[in-house]
Amino acid sequence: MDWVNAVIQGILTGGLYALFATGLSLAFGVMRFVNLAHGDLAILAAYLTLSTSAVVGVGYWPSMVIVVLVMFVVGYVGQRGLFNFTLGEDPLPGILVSFGVGIVIQNALQEHYTATDRSIDLGPILTDSVTITDDISIGLFPLLTLAVAVVVLIALQLLFSRTSIGRAFRATADDPQTAQLMGINDKRLYGVAMAIAFAAVALAGFFRGARTSFSPSSGGGILLFAFEAVVIGGLGSLWGTLVGGIVLGVAQGVGNQASIGWDLLAGHLVFLFVLLVRPRGLVSAGGRGL
Amino acid sequence: MAALEVEALDAGYGDFQALYGLSLRVGSGETIAIIGANGAGKTTLLRAVMGQVRVRSGSIRYDGLDLAGVPTHERVRRGMGLVPEGRRLFPSLSVEENLMIGGYRRRPGRWTIDEVVGVFPMLERLLKRASSTLSGGEQQSVAIGRTLMANPDLILLDEVSLGLAPVVVRSLYDALPRIVQVGTTVVVVEQDITLALDVADRVYCLLEGRVSLTGAPGELTRDAITTAYFGV
Amino acid sequence: MTQPVETIEQGRFHVVRTSTGSTVGTGLAIVATVFFALFPLWGSDSTQLTLVQIFYYLSLAQMWNLLAGYAGLVTVGQQGFVGVAAYTLFVLSERHNVDPFVAIVLAGVLVAALSIPVALFAFRLQGGYFAIGTWVIAEVFRLATLRIESLGAGNVQSLTVKNTFAGYSLESRRDLIYWASLGLAVGATLIVVLILRSRRGLAMQAARDSELGARCLGVNVRNTKLLMWVIAALWTGATGALIHLNSSTVTNQDAFSVLSWTALVVFIVVIGGVGSQIGPIIGVVIFWFITDRFEDSDTWRFIILGSVAVVMAAVARSGIDGLLQRIHPFEIFPVRRRLRQDAP
Repeated sequence: MDWVNAVIQGILTGGLYALFATGLSLAFGVMRFVNLAHGDLAILAAYLTLSTSAVVGVGYWPSMVIVVLVMFVVGYVGQRGLFNFTLGEDPLPGILVSFGVGIVIQNALQEHYTATDRSIDLGPILTDSVTITDDISIGLFPLLTLAVAVVVLIALQLLFSRTSIGRAFRATADDPQTAQLMGINDKRLYGVAMAIAFAAVALAGFFRGARTSFSPSSGGGILLFAFEAVVIGGLGSLWGTLVGGIVLGVAQGVGNQASIGWDLLAGHLVFLFVLLVRPRGLVSAGGRGL
Repeated sequence: MAALEVEALDAGYGDFQALYGLSLRVGSGETIAIIGANGAGKTTLLRAVMGQVRVRSGSIRYDGLDLAGVPTHERVRRGMGLVPEGRRLFPSLSVEENLMIGGYRRRPGRWTIDEVVGVFPMLERLLKRASSTLSGGEQQSVAIGRTLMANPDLILLDEVSLGLAPVVVRSLYDALPRIVQVGTTVVVVEQDITLALDVADRVYCLLEGRVSLTGAPGELTRDAITTAYFGV
Repeated sequence: MTQPVETIEQGRFHVVRTSTGSTVGTGLAIVATVFFALFPLWGSDSTQLTLVQIFYYLSLAQMWNLLAGYAGLVTVGQQGFVGVAAYTLFVLSERHNVDPFVAIVLAGVLVAALSIPVALFAFRLQGGYFAIGTWVIAEVFRLATLRIESLGAGNVQSLTVKNTFAGYSLESRRDLIYWASLGLAVGATLIVVLILRSRRGLAMQAARDSELGARCLGVNVRNTKLLMWVIAALWTGATGALIHLNSSTVTNQDAFSVLSWTALVVFIVVIGGVGSQIGPIIGVVIFWFITDRFEDSDTWRFIILGSVAVVMAAVARSGIDGLLQRIHPFEIFPVRRRLRQDAP
């Protein structure tokens, strides 16, 4: 029964990881940009939620909404003001810039907030659970996180397949030069794509910060999990990130069940295994799409 | 006022220069053909006009407006359109979506998906298909239709006949009058000289990045064209 | 190292391998090496300690530059190699009484061997995902060493006088560490220059510019990259061992720190100029300068160096070297090949 529980917890954790992975996957899908600051941005959002709540005087949930909107704007500005200059054939500038930004954010947070562990205390919802059987119960908050992840993925899927801007994203991802011939302002489009990615990251940071304590150096872990979820699930597939996140979560849960403290290592080993035998991921995306 | 005026244009890719002091003029509502061998600079010229190739010196004017520093998407918004060499449909988009994305920055005008299907009827049953499953001729129709969707005043067609059977090419060019009847200015780049002379009001011949010959089809002799084309 | 001008007759042209700049540069390098080698005889102890740090960062920077600037392998996982080397040193010298300087070499060899299976996984990824992949692998190493009981499971491990430094006086230990770090810095620079001078190096740079083009010319891109990867791993490992010999402590968190062993190195090279010969050297000088000013604050050191690096990576991609080259093109080591017409 403990194993069943471990798997269930893993699936729920997978929701959080899928949320982590969404922003990373989106930025890469639309503009081939791997944002190494991804995890640090999530942690930044978590800290901002705490500060917004303290400064504006509202609860954490409304603060989260504010932070998501703020991060949306920051993402747009960041893309147009900095990241756009790194796009091109050579991946080096993008890697270096985003890596540097991540390190600067991490240290700036350290400078301002110190290294003390913090967390977003949402009260009873964090510990409430739904009892399925005598042995199995499902945490309400992890369930909510998974639900949010699914909703976000559905929303993005609809955005890409049904809307004009979604078509523009797909076209630009296919062929940026010809997309310009359609009258698409690629610089502005990339800005919007990153804005959405930042908003997703902010959401992920909120749920992460509520679930466990965090410190300025927690960003690295988030980046690695997001990345592993993307690779396990399959590059170029939005639903792949959900599958990837769940597989990662389950691997960690089972690993921990097998031997306490082996969760992270188990996850990494499963990632390496998938990389070795099925580098294209578990969910094969047809074509280059998102 | 001329629709398009290119003056002493030097343009190229990185270290490589493709156009040398090239000048040409396209009047509003005219149909111009640009012919020349492979590598003469025809595609480079069209791409430079659309802002996709770096211009080193010289000027490009559209309706009197100097296009220096104007980005490609802005040129499209102003009414310029290019059907690129090789079709370049978006593989992630269906045929219908390719047409729709053509209308992303639609200007007021008559071209809608229905109108495009009216000119290329075989597209009707292909709308939901993945664009990569289409034949060359079908893809070319989509590519042309996609550019039309923005209702351009100036449309540049880059080698639409490339790789297509003559019958298919003929049917594509039969659609040209429908495009032109609204007063659209058309520039056609063609390797097929006969086709070019057939549809154009005036012809430019390019050789190694320079204009080697220009005139109305009726004025040009076969010998003159051959010399200008091959540079012999 | 000053060489006579090599001429390879090929019809009416010959290939020239040196220039005024490279002769001057090589001369200066030799002078500097001799100067620093003799430093312990008259220099202050504290400066000597600072120099050790500068030298080992130069070594790390040269290797990272070799990979990211020349081989097209942008890694952010070098801390994995440093950490493994640190624990190797600990096990060999502290637990098994191997001479610490021999252990440095062995650590380098072990890390080099380890880097091959690492490449097996990492090379399946490209670009930014390759970078994160190297980070994951470094994390795997970190977590693995954490799990191993005999390594102390994450507790602070000391390299003691009793075991590691047995037979070394305080002075000789200090000086030998100094010379070892100088040797690693000079060696790293020499390795990079020799690689760039070699045919493999030329092939590697061709592959950096255009992988497809290089393949068409018969370059085995994958093997070339793997060779560079292993060489860099070897030297990074040796340097990592020296770093911990110098600090005489091994902690899991610090040995595998991405901040200390990757971020700083990346910033150093980016500011100096990625893919340039003098970049790592300029970068290290600036690093020393900033470290000196911000002695008390680690975080501010990262914020400043990081911000400068970010701006440079975005708009001045060739770093300070690039800016200098624009004022007047130069080279400091004989790496380039030039075609000269024979005298009539």
